[in-house]
Amino acid sequence: MSEQTLASAANVLEKGELLSRFPGYVTRDERNGYQGYIIKADKLLEIVKAVRDEIGYDYLSSVTGVDYLPEDMMEVVYHASRTIGGPPLTLKVQVPRNNAVVPSLVPLYPGADFQEREAWDLMGIRFEGHPDLRRILMWEGFASHPLRKDWKEAYFEEDGKPFKSRWPDGHVWRAEDKNPFGLNVSYPEGFNPETWTPDKDALLYASLSRSQGGSESGLRTEPVLVNMGPQHPSTHGVFRFTVILDGETIMALKPVMGYLHRNHEKIGERNTFLQNMPFTDRLDYFSSMSNNFGYALAVEKLMGVKPPERAEYLRVIMAELTRISNHLAAIGFFLNDLGAFFTPVLYGFEERELILDIFEAVSGSRMMCNYFRFGGVARDLPEGIYEKISKLVNERLPRKIDELDLYLTNSEIIRGRTEGVGVLTPEQAIAYSTCGPVLRASGVPYDLRRADPYSIYDRFDFDVAVRYHGDAYDRYLIRMDELRQSVRILQQAVRDLPEGSIQEGKPQYQVRVPAGEAYGRVEGPKGELGFYVVSNGKPNPWRYHVRAPSFINLTAYESMCVGNKVADSVAILGSIDIVLGETDR
Amino acid sequence: MSDMKQENINNTKYDIPPELEAQVHVTTLDKIYNWGRRSSLWPMMFGLACCAIEMICTAASRYDFSRFGMEVMRPSPRQSDVMIVSGTVTKKMIPQIVRLYNQMPEPKYVVAMGACASGGGPFKEGYNVVSGVDKYVPVDVYVPGCPPTPQSLLHGLITLQRKIDAQSIKEVRWYQKEPIEALPVPVLGPDIMDPRKYEIFKAQMLQEEAQAVESAAQAEQA
Repeated sequence: MSEQTLASAANVLEKGELLSRFPGYVTRDERNGYQGYIIKADKLLEIVKAVRDEIGYDYLSSVTGVDYLPEDMMEVVYHASRTIGGPPLTLKVQVPRNNAVVPSLVPLYPGADFQEREAWDLMGIRFEGHPDLRRILMWEGFASHPLRKDWKEAYFEEDGKPFKSRWPDGHVWRAEDKNPFGLNVSYPEGFNPETWTPDKDALLYASLSRSQGGSESGLRTEPVLVNMGPQHPSTHGVFRFTVILDGETIMALKPVMGYLHRNHEKIGERNTFLQNMPFTDRLDYFSSMSNNFGYALAVEKLMGVKPPERAEYLRVIMAELTRISNHLAAIGFFLNDLGAFFTPVLYGFEERELILDIFEAVSGSRMMCNYFRFGGVARDLPEGIYEKISKLVNERLPRKIDELDLYLTNSEIIRGRTEGVGVLTPEQAIAYSTCGPVLRASGVPYDLRRADPYSIYDRFDFDVAVRYHGDAYDRYLIRMDELRQSVRILQQAVRDLPEGSIQEGKPQYQVRVPAGEAYGRVEGPKGELGFYVVSNGKPNPWRYHVRAPSFINLTAYESMCVGNKVADSVAILGSIDIVLGETDR
Repeated sequence: MSDMKQENINNTKYDIPPELEAQVHVTTLDKIYNWGRRSSLWPMMFGLACCAIEMICTAASRYDFSRFGMEVMRPSPRQSDVMIVSGTVTKKMIPQIVRLYNQMPEPKYVVAMGACASGGGPFKEGYNVVSGVDKYVPVDVYVPGCPPTPQSLLHGLITLQRKIDAQSIKEVRWYQKEPIEALPVPVLGPDIMDPRKYEIFKAQMLQEEAQAVESAAQAEQA
């Protein structure tokens, strides 16, 4: 059955059944610029179960909340997809702001776990029936739910940029000077620090011993509690996880994040649409071009523009070069975690530097490229760069990938450390909403470049890499496979790169974005990278949410680790390939 | 080794007989002490955010800061000399950073790498972001950039070496009689709380109380 007929079959089911089977509980979202269905909260579980089991939306991409302050309403937005491909289905639940309670979807989609916790942490939406509803990015005891529209942070200046103090007259002042503490802090009125008792991770440890099956009062004597991170060389940044060990075997594990929570989403609501572009660079800082891509797609969907041919090709070239540089680094760091200390990274970084040279030449910056624009790209290739790319992808990279493969793949130590370690079955991988190499290494050939093609990916001849064991070794192999597929795409894109303009219309600093919502998603190097953008017609987005693949892949981390040895947890984490900038945002 | 050349080292104005010039060097204690420390600065392996990747690039083959004696990155603060704060410092992370700083043995240095660590950078206005690590930890060298290129990080580290060259055993803080106090670790409250600033809370509370008393008195009078 082709994708076309599948999609239309789903439409029939949706139109015919979803609306008629639950009359009054499911309505079409009629707002201008919106799509999907609005579901009544009290029948959410039942309806979503039907959507999952009968219509086949077995994969819950994204869960997030939107605070519609003027309408006095909180909206929870779900994006579900089918792992056989096709566009996502948008489901929404609307609840009043002062009593935002929504049934939790964790029993149906365990992948909603962290995302619901995030929505609770940042927006204050309570998910009833969630097994472990703690804060996830901020710490327990933080004064507020910061993404609520009526909450203002210490350095709050205005609702939207550019701030009047900076433009047009430019009376710049330092925010510290206006704060009584000289710091970026604000406290509730009459707060006395001497009577404050910090949480000291009590809730975390209670949750940890709960999932181990022990008593809630505290730890018994035999199992050992180990904290790893946030400063630990194998956690790829400031990730932390706590484990309960029986001997060396992991009995329970809880990831702790937020140590790099940089408030992308709050700052993004204040930025203009274009100002957000450089911020997306800093999400997954290994692959800034892919992040640009996702955000550009989301806003272009809202604006209804399409970039010209040459820009599309440039985009694909940059995105695939990013994938290669990311996977080279990921393989290197994975080997680092296994104990091959820094030698593979040096090999990977040698090629990565050459790719960064290209990025620097086209965008002006090695890592933070800020290269994509709505309806095009920022600059054309400078002189000599086309030849450089062409030489790299046709001559050097294939050879170097084979070299890396030769050195690493059949190494006895690597195979001994990773085969059969951290197994994730395909059912689990889908249920936990894992994406990218993690999902495909578990035997699910779900790659957005094929499943829901965007840009011009439908023109290229390439295979979706898939492996079937779901262990750490396969997650390593799949990155090797993807390196080769990316080179294939690059060779075709470089060969076919047309001449022409690189920007649809005139480049604009202040774009006009009509009101509505859009979910733009790309297959980033780490998986499905989605941007959910809500516009209300103003120069700044009303909501800017990032569906971060690293963050959601970590949902499956506990189930991959339990039963393995503690040293393997490091290898498993390396095989997931997380970047904290994206995990914590 | 350029600093160990005869003319640099023999600047103490002691005359060395020509036949001994190859065997005997006379120099100052400061000079040899500083030379030893600045030529083996061990950074702590401690990455926070995007800048950490450029720090790794600086350590990798192309830029290779082992040319300057910095190749030994130690994951433990106990074994390191310089903390490169490479990335955005968040409120959730700052207690750990201060604790790591306290755990480093003297002499210790801090390099604030990038815009975020120097002053908050693009994320300064964020509710979970500290506007510069220097609000909590003393910083020796600031490296601008977002992220700084490996070249500028190298320049920052060379600047730190110059700073070390100019130090004198007589004056450095770790050879003074008074013990060095550990920095107070910030507490995670409703917002991050710096124990050094608790007085401001007290002053605020006193002021509020006074205002309350005053308004009560005014109400009575009325």
